[in-house]
Amino acid sequence: MPDPLRLAREFMQHLPYVQALGMTLTDVTEGRAEVMMAYDPRLVGDPASGVLHGGAISALMDTASGAAVMSHPAATMATATLDLRIDYMRPATPGQRIIARAECYHVTRSIAFIRVTATDEDETRPVATGTGTFTLERPAA
Amino acid sequence: MTRSRPEPVHVVKSRREAALQWLTGGVPFVQFLGIQFDRRGDELTAILPFDDKLIGNPLLPALHGGATAAFLEVTGIIELAWTTLWEDMEAGRANMDSFPPMPKTIDFTVDFLRSGLPRDAYARARVNRSGRRYASVQVEAWQDNRARPFAMATAHFLMPPPPGTVAE
Repeated sequence: MPDPLRLAREFMQHLPYVQALGMTLTDVTEGRAEVMMAYDPRLVGDPASGVLHGGAISALMDTASGAAVMSHPAATMATATLDLRIDYMRPATPGQRIIARAECYHVTRSIAFIRVTATDEDETRPVATGTGTFTLERPAA
Repeated sequence: MTRSRPEPVHVVKSRREAALQWLTGGVPFVQFLGIQFDRRGDELTAILPFDDKLIGNPLLPALHGGATAAFLEVTGIIELAWTTLWEDMEAGRANMDSFPPMPKTIDFTVDFLRSGLPRDAYARARVNRSGRRYASVQVEAWQDNRARPFAMATAHFLMPPPPGTVAE
């Protein structure tokens, strides 16, 4: 892995909130990132079913999206979410890990556009999909 | 015309507090984030006390966008469950023996207006429309200044089937 990508991954991996939710950056390439979150009973939103809270899945998708922006060749390590829209297709199956895969599909001088998908162990049926815009800070010329 | 005497205030308060506790106390993720609810009559204010684990950018430092988003989503769901429960609860018809039926998020859109500071955050939600099956909810979160929200969200939810109906 080239150095900037390793740095982006290290930086994201050690953020307190990323650690608190037990996320692991499993893959970071240019403009793309994959983040995994193990099933954790502390993150359950519906105690009757044991389904993870939407907020925990949003957090995973936001993290993957931010990592995708930071790993884009045009970006620096500083980014912030401007907006994020998430559609929940179905409840995540209790007991299964979630993986969010984000792609930074377009950048302008100051904005990065991302798409992100979350799946549980049934990779054919997404749990949630999302789109977002993030700030993009260019390296000093 | 006769009128029944109003209930003693402590009876009203303890009924409402018990219902709120029933809705929020059993949700692990609400406890994990440390979210509390301040109730004034039927108005709820959600509070996210600052904690180091909520940090997303240690350099600024700032709250993680995912922590802010989760806070708004929790606030929206609880407000919706609370307003749905209110009438039955006040009439003494609410059955609070089993787990509370939770609305399911269909979609959730959040605007990050400024970075979340490393201090407590507050949020209130408004149910714009609540039907038998779908609901539309707006949420606003602020920190030091009520007039300067740091994040806003709009969300749609699928309502849980009323008690006694057969699940689809």
